[in-house]
Amino acid sequence: MMAKVTFIQPDHRRRTVEIENGYTVMQGATANNIAGIKAECGGACSCSTCHCYVETTWFDRLPPVEDEEAGLLEFAWEPKPTSRLTCQLVVTDELDGLILYVPEQQL
Amino acid sequence: MPEVFAVVGAGHCAGQAAASLRQQGFAGDIVIIGEEPHVPYQRPPLSKKFLIGELPLERVYLRPPKFYRDNNIELLLDTRVVALRRREHEIVLADGRRRHYDKLLLATGSSPRRLQVTGVDLPGICYLRTIADAQRIQPHLRAEKNLVVIGGGYIGLEVSAVAAQRRMRVTLLEVDGRILNRVAAPVISDFFVQLHRQHGVDIRCNARVLRFEGSERVTGVICEDGRIEADLVVIGIGIAPNTELAQSAGLPCGNGIIVDEYCQTADAAIFAAGDCSNHPNPLLQRRLRLESVHNAVEQGKTAAANMCAKGQRYAEIPWFWSDQYDVKLQIVGLAAGYDQLVQRGRMEEGGFALFYLKDGVLIAVDAINNPREYMACKKLIPQRLRIAPERLADPTVAMQDMA
Repeated sequence: MMAKVTFIQPDHRRRTVEIENGYTVMQGATANNIAGIKAECGGACSCSTCHCYVETTWFDRLPPVEDEEAGLLEFAWEPKPTSRLTCQLVVTDELDGLILYVPEQQL
Repeated sequence: MPEVFAVVGAGHCAGQAAASLRQQGFAGDIVIIGEEPHVPYQRPPLSKKFLIGELPLERVYLRPPKFYRDNNIELLLDTRVVALRRREHEIVLADGRRRHYDKLLLATGSSPRRLQVTGVDLPGICYLRTIADAQRIQPHLRAEKNLVVIGGGYIGLEVSAVAAQRRMRVTLLEVDGRILNRVAAPVISDFFVQLHRQHGVDIRCNARVLRFEGSERVTGVICEDGRIEADLVVIGIGIAPNTELAQSAGLPCGNGIIVDEYCQTADAAIFAAGDCSNHPNPLLQRRLRLESVHNAVEQGKTAAANMCAKGQRYAEIPWFWSDQYDVKLQIVGLAAGYDQLVQRGRMEEGGFALFYLKDGVLIAVDAINNPREYMACKKLIPQRLRIAPERLADPTVAMQDMA
């Protein structure tokens, strides 16, 4: 199974990619060379360079933020209440249609 | 004829550089030439989740093989480069074939330093740098068997943690007076010694290996103060940059391939990046060589940008991490040269941060289970701030208020 995930760049360019269930949104982003998702630690929850803003209606449908992720997000580049690290979002059928905004920078 | 940008090496830096070349809009040919049979992959999991078997091989790959097809990036894997003919702009492969390049990126990485003692070539004695190395070690990580780890750096400690979790009997030998001597303060060394002892790892410092015993396979490690039973030995005593190719092509080298802030070598058509590069860093105000994912990724991007004539300088504060048991160590900056230490928080409270200061300026942090302090320092350290030690030490002062 795959989920369609849309990334919207700061200049409003959109790209929708298909990510296989079980992979993280971050892995889907790097596999498709989505600009602005640096994902430097490769998904070890050790940086914050896969940070995205989740479209508001989607935010509450995601699994909750664990403390480790919360700590990194607090100091990510311009965090918002809808911030998430995409390495912590594992793709399931429920995520089909997910919309994410890529921040202007990553720290 | 389209322009050809070649990348020698197929590690993290090479993979990033190729992806970045496409992001920069380069439409010519890209070829990645690597000695290993794998598409560019991440090395950190090799001593962590991949080694313990929690991460399948395809998740270790930086990007799926399909990515390279989709982006028209040619992969020449299992292929060794034996020479560069700079005047002809040619790469010579081991089988004698030659490949043309217009611009070349050397992302040749580094190789484990070898221990030079009798018996070191016995089966069962391993280094850990590649997927093949990890796969060689994996079947021998068996409960009740004896593992001897040589070297108390991050690789040795991470392998020890994995093995202890597999209920092996682990002995770690460090030739220095303490583990992590080159990279961290004694507080951090002590913390990790305690952590590993709690998990049954026997850490011995000032322990010099004299030779290995065994006929078919290694069976023992002989030190100055006796013999240690061994079914498996993993050696992690540092890495050295792969500069032979650059050197034999007459490019200036010295603890790495010498590049400028644009990752450009003395030859304007040749760039070098990642573990193998000796580069200037304006934020650290010195030249250095770094062995880290962050450096591999960021230099890969810088080199790619400059191969596309974007004039981008490399200026990054290094960061690193290590996972051992349920402890996550996150590091920003380089601690070398510090003259003051400040601790914030205590392990009993779940985690702590150790700040390194030099002349009152915050230069580095080791954060243990403490992502907030770590992230805050990623912003603070590049600013070279003087921060009062008593404020840093006071957990009631928010990290947001330090600047």
